[in-house]
Amino acid sequence: MNDSHYCPHTPEEIAEMLSAIGVADVEELFAPIPAELRAKTFNLPAGMSEFETFSRMQAIAADNTQGMTNFIGGGFYDHIIPAVVDHLSGRSEFYTAYTPYQPECSQGTLQALFEYQTAICRLTGLDVSNASLYDGGSACAEAAMMALRVTGRNKIVVDGCVSPFSRQVLKTYLFNLDVEVIEIAPQKGQLDRAALAALLDDSVAAVLVQNPNFFGTVEDFTALADQVHGVGALLIGSVYPIALGMLKSPGEVGIDIAVGDGQSLGNPLSFGGPSFGFIAARKKLIRNMPGRIVGETVDRNGKRGFVLTLQAREQHIKRHKATSNICSNQGLCALRGLIFLSSVGKEGLVNLAGLNRDKAEYAKAQLTALPGVSVLQSAATFNEFTLYLPKNAIAVVALLLDKGIAAGVPLGDYYDGAENCLVVTVTEKRTKKEIDLLVKELEVALCN
Amino acid sequence: MQLIYELSVPGRRGLKLPASDVPAAVALPEALLRKEQADLAEVSELDLVRHFTNLSRRNFSVDTNFYPLGSCTMKYNAKVLENAATLFAPFHPMTALLPGGVDFCQGTLGMLYDLGQLLADITGMDEVTTQPLAGAHGEMTGILLVSAYHAARGNKAKKKYVVVPDSSHGTNPASAAIAGYEIITVPTASYGDMDLELFKAAMTDEVAAVMMTCPNTLGLFNPHIKEISDIAHSHDALMYYDGANLNAIMGKVKPGDVGFDVIHVNLHKTFGTPHGGGGPGSGPVGVKKSLIPFLPQPRIVMDDDGKLLLETTNKGSIGRTANFFGNFGVMAKAYAYIIMLGREGLIQVSEQAVLNANYIKEKLKPYYDLPYDMTCMHECVFSASKQLEHGVHAIDIAKFLIDKGYHPPTVYFPMIVKEAIMIEPTETESKAAMDAFIAVMIEAAQTAISNPQALHDAPLTMPISRLDETKAAREQNVCCSG
Repeated sequence: MNDSHYCPHTPEEIAEMLSAIGVADVEELFAPIPAELRAKTFNLPAGMSEFETFSRMQAIAADNTQGMTNFIGGGFYDHIIPAVVDHLSGRSEFYTAYTPYQPECSQGTLQALFEYQTAICRLTGLDVSNASLYDGGSACAEAAMMALRVTGRNKIVVDGCVSPFSRQVLKTYLFNLDVEVIEIAPQKGQLDRAALAALLDDSVAAVLVQNPNFFGTVEDFTALADQVHGVGALLIGSVYPIALGMLKSPGEVGIDIAVGDGQSLGNPLSFGGPSFGFIAARKKLIRNMPGRIVGETVDRNGKRGFVLTLQAREQHIKRHKATSNICSNQGLCALRGLIFLSSVGKEGLVNLAGLNRDKAEYAKAQLTALPGVSVLQSAATFNEFTLYLPKNAIAVVALLLDKGIAAGVPLGDYYDGAENCLVVTVTEKRTKKEIDLLVKELEVALCN
Repeated sequence: MQLIYELSVPGRRGLKLPASDVPAAVALPEALLRKEQADLAEVSELDLVRHFTNLSRRNFSVDTNFYPLGSCTMKYNAKVLENAATLFAPFHPMTALLPGGVDFCQGTLGMLYDLGQLLADITGMDEVTTQPLAGAHGEMTGILLVSAYHAARGNKAKKKYVVVPDSSHGTNPASAAIAGYEIITVPTASYGDMDLELFKAAMTDEVAAVMMTCPNTLGLFNPHIKEISDIAHSHDALMYYDGANLNAIMGKVKPGDVGFDVIHVNLHKTFGTPHGGGGPGSGPVGVKKSLIPFLPQPRIVMDDDGKLLLETTNKGSIGRTANFFGNFGVMAKAYAYIIMLGREGLIQVSEQAVLNANYIKEKLKPYYDLPYDMTCMHECVFSASKQLEHGVHAIDIAKFLIDKGYHPPTVYFPMIVKEAIMIEPTETESKAAMDAFIAVMIEAAQTAISNPQALHDAPLTMPISRLDETKAAREQNVCCSG
């Protein structure tokens, strides 16, 4: 009878329960489903033991190539994860709870999310954060929709240097709405500021930029923020949280809404998820924020406590008039982000950012010493940069993959005329030895 | 409890970073640099560990408390699923998108493909995309597929409305609205389902889709579902199935067989993956053949030799709904769950989920008003209307339960039931656990009569008492200013 050991009843207990209900068997409880609608087939395989299940999962994981040395980014980054992150987020009081609708028995989750929101505000230099979104791409889309609501306009201008994945997600979110999305073609891995200036007028709701961008270029958007505000539009900046240990914060730049993917903050690569999206904004925008927000308050005795607040924005209250449809977010991944940031700490994040840039600059110097190899962008970079190779980058990457090196992301699939461009990412985890091996193997590949 | 920032001491370190083995780089120009460092916590590892361990103890969770939160399917989360997910931690999603990269990712791509096949069989659909990151994300994806379908048939301008019953989850109308549709809401009839006559009156050729939860949020299976889908199809409207309540019907009825064209599944509900204090979830979307041309990209396909490939060039696709392949780690857990339980195990899950809900319903019926008194599926919805006569609200009963060690059921949803108390025990709870819960619910009903103030005062055993939500909304202190 017990095909699932997670169903605990004995036959005797089932009999007692059926008798309490007043039916002869369990099947009678399914009588409301008309007989002609009942499933005619159900072809799943038979179940297996816990041990067999785990073995099967091990076999699946073994079908992927192991031990690849990653010089690829593209939005997900191979960073260190302190041991405390797994251990503390692995406490089942955190991971087997749900959305903290009942605050008295959910203060653990609520206080952690309040601390997370604080970390995101401090990291971005902005006033308010929500309790997380799905990922970096959907965060860009939610920020754009926020700007559409705030301004009442219907045009979004997007720098083509923003991740092509995030741009595609944005377009998918907006394609059935009466919204115009205009992309500006990159100029040598940078925002074409003249093209943007020509587009800016009072029909634009928001401009979306990314820093560092998909090419790895670091830009100063401070003057741009003034220009964008000059036409009454909002500046949305997608940022890489590890780089915020070094780079001018969105608040310092004058960005109105900062978004990004939190994977690099203590979440494993895990073939693309789960991670989390973050969103932070200026205080006046709070009522237009999507998703859950935790606020501080007091209980009946004046004691500090935390609750979900401003719920009148949300779908479970406002239904079709909500600021977003989001319900579940990525709470546990946001908790991992908070634990990561609290473990690395204030000075640690500065050092971590420095380590990333040092390694990348070393790799850049070594790689550009190879014959015919140069860097595409003249501007500064953080831990990613774009190489211009003397041959098609796609062929080169394929050759290095066979050596166990993911050498970078070739841009030919994403930008016209970029067939020879390769974005190389170097995080703090890459050793000098690994970088030197990349240089050596790339040299061989270029000679082939 | 103090905030982590209140434990912070300048200069204290919690982690040793790797030493640099390369020369220091020349600093970036001043204009690009941060002036003020982010004021993150500065704590020792032990301070950090104590802080978060103690925070975790301020939560009720499935592993510590019965958690019958209706509509959320808070079943037990098997521990082997956690172990399984960690096997995939090192795999970078970009690898699969590199030239020839799929050769290096056949395991992970194959698992996603297989999971899609299993979910297609469970739901009666033809193909499944695993990209959506949560249930509501799946809803939005599904409705965008609907809009792409109508647009391809030249009906984009004509199809303006999405029909939802008033008992639906709030995400249904919210998802349809952000996808660009106007909403028509159909009231629930006395028999506990969308009013059939009002539905017929609402249907026109301008309706793009009808979104249904079946069993619905009252826990009732709609016996007219085939008729509803036939009517919808006669107006060239597609049928959307909100899979939040799929735990009730596995192996019993397939949404695809009764006329649904598109469905999302909440892996974190039906397929045993943990809820994470609010996520991550995962919301794969299944479709009938007619919608396959519009599925998100990259789409995982299998060639004649059984090799997994990524299709990225279909111009008809709605595009990406997430940056990569969805919440892979969550899907690894759900996949392990499905293959472990197998065909008979999943049937048993639904049978015992329904058995448990009906048991609680029968036992509590003498004490609480049951507005729709019929055989329920996996959850039942009471009203605290009897208790309200004594000034006791559903929220007071919820707070009383907290003092007794129970996470409360969902209260005040569905909105069509006054003072709603929505109980979903799930299949993983034992009879003894449910009997103890039933006894406490009866005690609450008796206390509502004998000492209503005791219910208004609850909870008294938690670290905090009831909170001032108005103050939170007014002051909007959403980050620590100290």
